[in-house]
Amino acid sequence: MNEIWAGIQAAFRLIVTLDADLVEITLRSLQVSLSALVVASVIALPFGTWLAIRRFRYRRATIATLNALMGLPPVVVGLIVYLLLSRSGPFGVLGLLFTPTAMIIAQVIIITPLIASITHQAMRELWAEYHDLLISLNTTKTQRILTLIWDGRRTLLTAALAGFGRAIGEVGAIMIVGGNIDHATRVLTTAIALETGKGDFALALGLGFVLIALALLVNFAIHALSRTEREGTW
Amino acid sequence: MVDAAPSVHLAGTLVKRRGKPILGPIDLDLSGSGFTIVLGPNGAGKTTLLKVLHGVERLSDGDVSWSVPDAQAREMQAYVFQSPIMLRRSVRQNLAYPLQLLGEDKASIATKVTDWARRIGLEDALDRPAPRLSGGERQKLALGRALIRNPQVLFLDEPCANLDGRSTREIEALLKGAQTAGTRIIMTTHDLGQARRLASDLVFLLHGRLHEQGQASAFFSSPCTPEAKAFLEGDIVE
Ligand SMILES: Nc1ncnc2c1ncn2[C@@H]1O[C@H](COP(=O)(O)OP(=O)(O)OP(=O)(O)O)[C@@H](O)[C@H]1O
Ligand SMILES: [Mg+2]
Repeated sequence: MNEIWAGIQAAFRLIVTLDADLVEITLRSLQVSLSALVVASVIALPFGTWLAIRRFRYRRATIATLNALMGLPPVVVGLIVYLLLSRSGPFGVLGLLFTPTAMIIAQVIIITPLIASITHQAMRELWAEYHDLLISLNTTKTQRILTLIWDGRRTLLTAALAGFGRAIGEVGAIMIVGGNIDHATRVLTTAIALETGKGDFALALGLGFVLIALALLVNFAIHALSRTEREGTW
Repeated sequence: MVDAAPSVHLAGTLVKRRGKPILGPIDLDLSGSGFTIVLGPNGAGKTTLLKVLHGVERLSDGDVSWSVPDAQAREMQAYVFQSPIMLRRSVRQNLAYPLQLLGEDKASIATKVTDWARRIGLEDALDRPAPRLSGGERQKLALGRALIRNPQVLFLDEPCANLDGRSTREIEALLKGAQTAGTRIIMTTHDLGQARRLASDLVFLLHGRLHEQGQASAFFSSPCTPEAKAFLEGDIVE
């Protein structure tokens, strides 16, 4: 019990004094997950919207696949990305294994289906509401997509935030493809895993608080967004 | 004065849903001018007919031909749906939307928006979110959004269903104004008084079939069929 209490105190000291390691790891975490978020959003937001308004032959199968991909265990994603990027793998020559780029790739694979799926559901609802009007106004396909994206922007932001929340808290995949190398690929979650293993609860707890704060921030933002949506404040 | 609106011709037009015909087969000619009122009890197929004419309903047979090419036909039409569809935007942005689609410049859009907001009595609500408007206000906004493009053909599906007497008169005045300016209007209503006030000609539907069509005055004074007579007298039509 004493040990834990001492750990909490030390953790606060690290945070208040902006400990160099703690700051470095936090910034790297943000850099990796935000990069993954941007890439995943660029793919998932238009794709989810397109899936919502476009009728095509394998639509149901595509949606089912998307939902299945959402349930992929991150560790398995890590393993696959590892195999692809390892020296003997097809992309081995790029030398990406154990770099932040490898971690970004893994996180993109993990969160793209999640963002696309939330986007698809929200856009399908909006499209059902707008369908008759947009058809009647003789809108072009591009105009329709832009209208839906604009009027659904809050939900899309919510989808992106959910993706970010998942990315920043993820540990299995980035541990495998990043290798948790000090000053290179160590991020919040992998550092916590390591420090806990070593018994250094101060740093682990300090990083944990930062992670919790980030997660709370994301959830608070999602909540605020859905409230403005409900109250119709534009 | 805009050019005379295009006329339309329906030949053997049939709409089936789940294997059952809900409209037609119908043969119908509507000229390029006038104020057509479509009458009939609930479920008679009035909404379906309007959508067929507007070209947004899938046909099972027959066709709809406008006197202009299809691509142009929709451009010059506007449609006010039975339950108004509000964009999740402000009243101002809802009014501006159809003009933005056409790529009009901002200054001219702003002028038209203020003008139409005044005409539909929503000038004080311009910055309110449209989905939060009352049912009647939404109908007025949908009408303004339809008229702002100055359409040649205007479809209205019970535009006054939720309006009080005063708003109804205001809307009727707007519609008459649009008609004088050359807009061809095709409208459904359950308000027989309104039909008498506005109609130049009439279409009476029953069970998806065209029962009577012709001059409004003739229809109201001497309906040809017993069903139409019963409908006008407010009896239940079987
Ligand atoms: N997609 C559909 N599938 C099955 N039936 C349908 C569909 N659309 C309409 N119908 C049926 O077709 C009939 C005509 O519908 P329509 O909406 O044209 O009636 P209406 O004359 O406009 O009625 P109201 O006065 O109530 O608005 C109704 O019985 C309706 O239930
Ligand atoms: Mg109807």
